Amino acid sequence: MDYSQFLAMKQEIGLLVVFLLVFLYDLFAPRYAVAGSDKKAVKGISTITVVLFALYTVYGFFCTVGDAQLVFGGMYSTTPVVATIKNILNVGVLIVLIQSMQWNASEPQIMRRAEFYELMLITLFGMYLMISARHFLLFVIGLEAASLPLAAMVAFDKNKYESHEAAVKYILTALFSSAIFMLGLSFVYGLTGTLYFDKIAEASVEGSGMLIVAMAFVMAGIGFKLSLVPFHLWTADVYQGAPTSVTSYLSVISKGATAFAFMVVMVQVFGQFYSAAWEWMLYGLIILTITVGNLFAIRQRNMKRFLAFSSVSQAGYIMLGVIGANDMSLAAMMFYILVYIFSNLAAFGVIQSIENKTGLVGMDSYRGLSKTNPRLAFAMMLAMFSLAGIPPFAGFFSKFFIFTGALNVGTTAMYVLVLIALINTIVSLYYYLLVVKAMYISDEECEIATFKSKCSERLALVITVGGIILLGIVSVVYNSLLVLTENPV
Amino acid sequence: MLGGLALCRNIKQIRAVAVAGSLVLIGMSVYLLLEYLALPALTHEHPMHFYDSWVWFESLNIHLAVGVDGVSIAMILLTSIIVFAGSFASWSINQPKAFFLWLILLSTGVYGFFISVDLFTMFMFYEVALIPMYLLIGVWGSGNKNYSAMKLTLMLMGGSAFLMLGLIGIYYNGPVVDGAHTWDITQIVNNGGVEKGWQYFLFPITFVGFGVLGAMFPFHTWSPDGHASAPTAVSMLHAGVLMKLGGYGCFRVAMYLMPEAAQELSWIFLILTGISVVYGAFSACVQTDLKYINAYSSVSHCGLVLFAVLMLNQTAMTGAVMQMLSHGLMTALFFALIGMIYGRTHTRDIREMGGMMKIMPYLAVCYVIAGFASLGLPGLSGFVAEMTIFVGSFQQGMSEFMAGAGSLKLVFTIVACCSIVITAVYILRVVGKLLLGPVQDKHHLELTDATWWERLSTVTLIISVAAIGCFPNFFADLIRETFSGEIFKAVL
Repeated sequence: MDYSQFLAMKQEIGLLVVFLLVFLYDLFAPRYAVAGSDKKAVKGISTITVVLFALYTVYGFFCTVGDAQLVFGGMYSTTPVVATIKNILNVGVLIVLIQSMQWNASEPQIMRRAEFYELMLITLFGMYLMISARHFLLFVIGLEAASLPLAAMVAFDKNKYESHEAAVKYILTALFSSAIFMLGLSFVYGLTGTLYFDKIAEASVEGSGMLIVAMAFVMAGIGFKLSLVPFHLWTADVYQGAPTSVTSYLSVISKGATAFAFMVVMVQVFGQFYSAAWEWMLYGLIILTITVGNLFAIRQRNMKRFLAFSSVSQAGYIMLGVIGANDMSLAAMMFYILVYIFSNLAAFGVIQSIENKTGLVGMDSYRGLSKTNPRLAFAMMLAMFSLAGIPPFAGFFSKFFIFTGALNVGTTAMYVLVLIALINTIVSLYYYLLVVKAMYISDEECEIATFKSKCSERLALVITVGGIILLGIVSVVYNSLLVLTENPV
Repeated sequence: MLGGLALCRNIKQIRAVAVAGSLVLIGMSVYLLLEYLALPALTHEHPMHFYDSWVWFESLNIHLAVGVDGVSIAMILLTSIIVFAGSFASWSINQPKAFFLWLILLSTGVYGFFISVDLFTMFMFYEVALIPMYLLIGVWGSGNKNYSAMKLTLMLMGGSAFLMLGLIGIYYNGPVVDGAHTWDITQIVNNGGVEKGWQYFLFPITFVGFGVLGAMFPFHTWSPDGHASAPTAVSMLHAGVLMKLGGYGCFRVAMYLMPEAAQELSWIFLILTGISVVYGAFSACVQTDLKYINAYSSVSHCGLVLFAVLMLNQTAMTGAVMQMLSHGLMTALFFALIGMIYGRTHTRDIREMGGMMKIMPYLAVCYVIAGFASLGLPGLSGFVAEMTIFVGSFQQGMSEFMAGAGSLKLVFTIVACCSIVITAVYILRVVGKLLLGPVQDKHHLELTDATWWERLSTVTLIISVAAIGCFPNFFADLIRETFSGEIFKAVL
């Protein structure tokens, strides 16, 4: 075996190095018996993780140059586009890490100081494999590596009943969806005799009804992770029960990575011969996802549940990039996910700093927030505007581009789909404005007293708000993404 | 020229900045007007002056393209005057810093919209102008403000959802210039326009999208609630300028880019706008809240703008823009006065007030002047605008009738003419009840007349109204150019 093949996996190796350093530091760093003095050690670990990961993120951008490579007998592929996708995820993970520093230093977490980071890095590694896989075996390994540690993360609040419940729900649905996914794979293998993406595509030229069934299973399996309707039922409970850092990780990073992987599978495996079949299936899923997610979000009073349903409907918009299946919509989808990472993390950042301070997560507690904590309220408002797609914030541009990408197809069906999606943006605007209304318009006394948020939380908020304002207006970001995707994958 | 956008956004918590900023804006608009007048006439190839274009999103061929013609200049001038008057009218508002910040964001959107030539930037500015309304009404409004703010925002954004689909559709079905589709309005027109089959789909959704903001009949319901709850300056700016965005967009985008569909489908919208004109006027007759009366009167007058635009006749369309100017100024004046009266009496119900002429003669006289402008007294702006519209519409209707092309336009012109009479009814009703007659509440006797900043605000608007009324030719010549058949292909 040619070991130089490993050199193609630059980003994976980098991530492993970061993981090992954090792990070793955790092993050998002093551990004190007295509870109070552990705080210092936790802070040290958090800082080291963040700094290492920040360095690694920067390093990741150097990996985007270079040719497309297909190694390990065609199981693993990396291209500039794939590397960029990983970088987008890195940026999101970095923000999540910064946001979780404060929570990780809180009392119940101290004993397990670095576990959270380690689990997170492992899941990220799994997602990398998912995106890069060109063979279903590697894909499944990635999928599992990305799912199982997440269940542990969801259960992280060990003193909270909801956290356990959420973890059980998550692990059961994850296993169930994996099972369905593998059932689909076994059909595929039975019909084509291979699990390589390209070979499946070649072998399925003639096609059969069975293969469409298999494809539906595969789609359903991934749909669970993306929380597309009707596979979304776990989302709200898990988002609510999990610690907020984990929720934000689940809602942006996990979702973003799966969306990319989903697109690779659909386009590369089933793209050529079954595009008609899967596009219609996805068509229905998108309409359901956007509509149901929006309608359920309206009634939510808990901010985390609220964002759970909002993220369900956002997944529908992301899928518009998949169904478009052209360069423009791929770039638009990457851009959409990037913007979505920033907007959603800004919202979660505000929720988290308020939760850390007061433990309140109800939307009603946010009434009058603009008077007691104007900066947090402002960040939240920008996040809501960006999620709703209002200019001049980044969300407007990403929505506009994803619609433009979808309409590039030019069929009447696509115009109808985009129209439905657009009408849904109005519904979503309504519930996003409910939050703004609670914060700015309500006259009531605010339950949340004025407080000063911690340095790390503020840093994360500054980054996300900066991203929301700049990402759209600075056209370089989108342009370079589009230039990347125009080169053949 | 883009300086209009560069208004001092570094808010210091003083009114001086707002006032100075708006003065600078007026100065710049006038300068722009003078520069513009010195230039040669517009031609088919160059329908815009001061055209400039910077690449923004290269890959999608999105530019930041700006340019103006007579109509945009007139609109910019209107906006400057109303922003100026509006800053005086909101002299004693709570939280002035945030208020003016949002107000300036709103007017930035408006200016940007009027000078944009690129569909993408135009749409972006359009939405930038809409969203501050939510907070302005929600935070500083009165009455049922939560409901109205939400209704207004959702309905307008609903319109813009259709609009977005329409604009992307225009982009993809427009001509290919230099190997790429283009968002640039002038380029689309000069290179063959939008594909004809698609026009029948894109024209209606674009027109409806802008029509929502222009308060076209089935979509006008946001307007009365919104205006009634909004604070004074926002009502002024909204009725005075923002509703004009709708009308402007209708002809600049929907009709200018899709002339064939505009000619064939205009009858549908002609019926709808005809209904708004008459229905709005009748509704105004039965309202008792001053702001509702004016809001419905705005529905009626803005309906007339769209009505005239759809006549596809140069005279009528010129009249439409004159009506935009005239209505913008006089509605702003109305809302300013109502705000001032409300600030003193704390009621807007005309049944509870009376004899204001004795109590606050200055405001009362201003109100009468605004009323006369609204019902079309010669010498003020309303007369000029409505006269032009009806003459143009009648010409068009008559010539089509003679040519055997149906009597729809003729009939609707006559119907719309009736609205003048109804306008007189509701204006005089208010004047009679509110200004004359016995004093209803003896506490009102102690109220004071206008302060200096209120006087300044109203005088500015009255002078502008009178200027249009006395020198209509100047404005008409400025505007007419755009609607010549050579440039505006939809004109019959």
